[in-house]
Amino acid sequence: MKAAIIVFPGSNCDRDVAVVLEASLGYRPLMVWHRDTDLPDLDLIVVPGGFSYGDYLRCGAMAAHSPVLREVKARAEKGTRVLGICNGFQILTEAGLLPGVLMRNRDLRFICRDVHLRVETDATDFTRGYQAGQVVRFPIAHAEGNFFADAETVKAIEGNGQVAFRYCDADGAVTEAANPNGSLGNIAGIYNPGRTVLGLMPHPERLAEDLLGGSDGKTMFDSLVEALS
Amino acid sequence: MTAITPDIIAQHGLKPDEYAKVLEILGREPNLTELGIFSVMWSEHCSYKSSKKWLKTLPTKAPWVIRGPGENAGVIDIGDNQAIIFKMESHNHPSFIEPYQGAATGVGGILRDVFTMGARPIANLNALRFGDPAHPKTRHLVAGVVSGIGGYGNCVGVPTVGGEVNFHPSYNGNILVNAMTVGLADKDRIFYSAAAGIGNPVVYVGSKTGRDGIHGATMASAEFDEKSEEKRPTVQVGDPFTEKLLIEACLELMATDAIVAIQDMGAAGLTSSSFEMASKGGLGIEMNLDLVPMREEGMSAYEIMLSESQERMLMVIKPGREDLARAVFEKWELDFAIVGHLTDTGRMVLSRHGEIVADLPIDPLALASPEYDRPWVQPTKRQPVDAREIETVCPVEALKTLLGTPDLASRRWIWEQYDHMVMGDTVQRPGGDAAVVRVHATGKGVAITTDVTPRYVVADPYEGGRQAVAEAYRNLSAVGALPLAVTDNLNFGNPEKPEIMGQIVEAIRGMGQACRELDFPVVSGNVSLYNETQGEAILPTPAIGGVGLLADVSRSATIDIKGTGNAIVLIGETKGWLGASLYLREICGREEGSPPPVALHRERRAGELVRQLIGDGLVQASHDISDGGLLVAVAEMAMASKDQIGVALDAPSTLPLHAWCFGEDQGRYVLEVRDDDLPTVLEEAVEHDTAVRVIGRTGGHVISVGGRAIAIEELVKVHEGWLPAYMNGTVE
Repeated sequence: MKAAIIVFPGSNCDRDVAVVLEASLGYRPLMVWHRDTDLPDLDLIVVPGGFSYGDYLRCGAMAAHSPVLREVKARAEKGTRVLGICNGFQILTEAGLLPGVLMRNRDLRFICRDVHLRVETDATDFTRGYQAGQVVRFPIAHAEGNFFADAETVKAIEGNGQVAFRYCDADGAVTEAANPNGSLGNIAGIYNPGRTVLGLMPHPERLAEDLLGGSDGKTMFDSLVEALS
Repeated sequence: MTAITPDIIAQHGLKPDEYAKVLEILGREPNLTELGIFSVMWSEHCSYKSSKKWLKTLPTKAPWVIRGPGENAGVIDIGDNQAIIFKMESHNHPSFIEPYQGAATGVGGILRDVFTMGARPIANLNALRFGDPAHPKTRHLVAGVVSGIGGYGNCVGVPTVGGEVNFHPSYNGNILVNAMTVGLADKDRIFYSAAAGIGNPVVYVGSKTGRDGIHGATMASAEFDEKSEEKRPTVQVGDPFTEKLLIEACLELMATDAIVAIQDMGAAGLTSSSFEMASKGGLGIEMNLDLVPMREEGMSAYEIMLSESQERMLMVIKPGREDLARAVFEKWELDFAIVGHLTDTGRMVLSRHGEIVADLPIDPLALASPEYDRPWVQPTKRQPVDAREIETVCPVEALKTLLGTPDLASRRWIWEQYDHMVMGDTVQRPGGDAAVVRVHATGKGVAITTDVTPRYVVADPYEGGRQAVAEAYRNLSAVGALPLAVTDNLNFGNPEKPEIMGQIVEAIRGMGQACRELDFPVVSGNVSLYNETQGEAILPTPAIGGVGLLADVSRSATIDIKGTGNAIVLIGETKGWLGASLYLREICGREEGSPPPVALHRERRAGELVRQLIGDGLVQASHDISDGGLLVAVAEMAMASKDQIGVALDAPSTLPLHAWCFGEDQGRYVLEVRDDDLPTVLEEAVEHDTAVRVIGRTGGHVISVGGRAIAIEELVKVHEGWLPAYMNGTVE
């Protein structure tokens, strides 16, 4: 499996995801600078968290129009797996690879804490190592993670089984109290219709090692390596 | 040309005798640009003129100290050719006037101090002091400062892992925002600021220069009055995105051999950076100010030299490496301009529009700044209070009250707004005794803490100074880290008042003694004076930032109780010292009494014992005892426990119960120990000549003492409740 991580000016989780991906892959993934448009053959492209272009204008808006994103879109259309985490999720929605938008958090504050998520489906390359309905713990760290889409889009997302993760309590109950940022339907992450592109606000790469407090996130990277190798 | 009148001299904060010295150095009258340069270079903020004499008495050396005070930050050796570079710095005055930008640029400034030396920043901390929660400005200041720290730190991608917060009416008009950054560098690739190589190009990189922050350093060297709000334009505006690019660009260039010297533009901007580099190298600089990248048109030489625009650096580059350096900064889309070169004249010669606008000798400005031996008086020490004369309250009710008071309530509302996990190495998140960050790609860890107890310092500056250092030592030891060195951030009132100067002198004397006896030298620091509004000074607040090393980061101890049926072991002596305690202040409404004395030899032995026990894997949980005393420490361990495991305590009959529960005797720790390990722990304590006693047992979901009990759940509610409710405006 060949994997690359896109690096924008202002990305700051690029190294974190590289470390975790390397642990699953056995070698260092390729780091691609935002001006590069000449991508080699790839099985997985990761768009990492951070503040691409300073999050000026709107989170992810400028990165969505960068040269490298045109190439990412073309690859995604051909079926290359794309994983967008946090700012990466915002970029993928801005680029039109995923539906919906991420608005300011309900309380208008940045939130950094562990949350529980319910895995909605295990029938994807991203989640095959989990079980549908399983509760996992990932951290969130964002000020704009409040997922919103119009009623028709939400209906389509739900109908097509595009919801990847929902915020829930420790027992898996999807409740308002377990929703950290006001996301519609407690949605924490979504797929494209073909489930080859995943965007999520929580950071699986941050809890991928017991020393750091848990390893639920590692399963996602192991799943991808297993599926794509 | 503007005539230099006594008025203009006074506006620049120069005293008549200081101006006389200016005339003597120059042999002529300065022009306005030159006067401005003298004014910022000799400001208290840049020159340390009131504190220098006393700062020199602090111990700064140890075999593991690579570079002590005098550089941008201190450097210590952590083995394997790695160094930790760290410093704490205040941004008090700007944060009061404009809390978001003041705090944000405080973080930006301290980050630059660290990465300018070649270190990648790996952790940020903040020591914050606000006024009375009931004061009408406090809520706004807390919200703005926290949001500013988060806004900057989160964007640059450096985790904010810890800090401390106090509330007290003495900070109503002068909040304290002390920011600390810790960075990691290769020991053989540390960069310094001494310029070298006559003819070498002087290069400006980073953001463009604007009119913001002019005279920030001078503002930070004066008392506030009712017109302070008018100083808003002197507060700088930060751009963390540019800072992130600047970090990456500098570190990328530092991996080559292009840089001779580098210095960030902090307080007093281009002036202090250029003078410092030239002075340390014993050289001169010629600069053409027309070449400085500018944000606005028509800026004068005065404005360019005094601007405190953020995210800028000055470098001396090796000849022939200009193109390489330019390419790196262009890649990161930052300004890069060769603005001058080094000379052998020892003078700073500045030109603008083809004319010489300043021609000053460097050393007299940089080195011969005034140094004062300001008059001081021995502070009046408070008398001890007798525990038996202090009101007794049901201990668990008092505990519940204390845990919900502003100084003890959970800070979760604050640290959840900080990204404390980015970089993927945060082993202990905020909420413990010290933050623990793994040294990337190794098994080592760095422990970091900030500490001072201002109510002790005001009651007895000498003891308070000792205690601040001792508590930092204890917090590091409590996670199992070997304390290595400290940075200090000395926040005081107006040093021209002998009583305030007495606080400074005595606090430094206490700190120095503790640092010496604990082998815990001072390697960097910052002084913030004139923290007064309309004559009212803050509590003396010498904040200590301590750094320690864990050889095996996976062995760090945490405060949460792990299991039931384990012994709760108290390390250290308990006499029930209630003077200057939180119990006395919060429960009895009395801010009185002398603070608990620190016995440094015992402190050291207890620390060695606890570190050894943790290293040997004999400790399930560990917590130092500080604010609020023993019962608060035990409650914090229970509240942190995943399953809210309680503790049944067995109080001795030899002390009044409230004194045992809430006394703030120093040099103590609470440990959770399994029965199997207990004999070894007790033996080791005897071996270390340290008092030890089993005081309780874990189990259930309540804290019980003296025949009373309270549910952990109830304590958590109170503890977690205060700050969010206060910030929502539902409680005062």
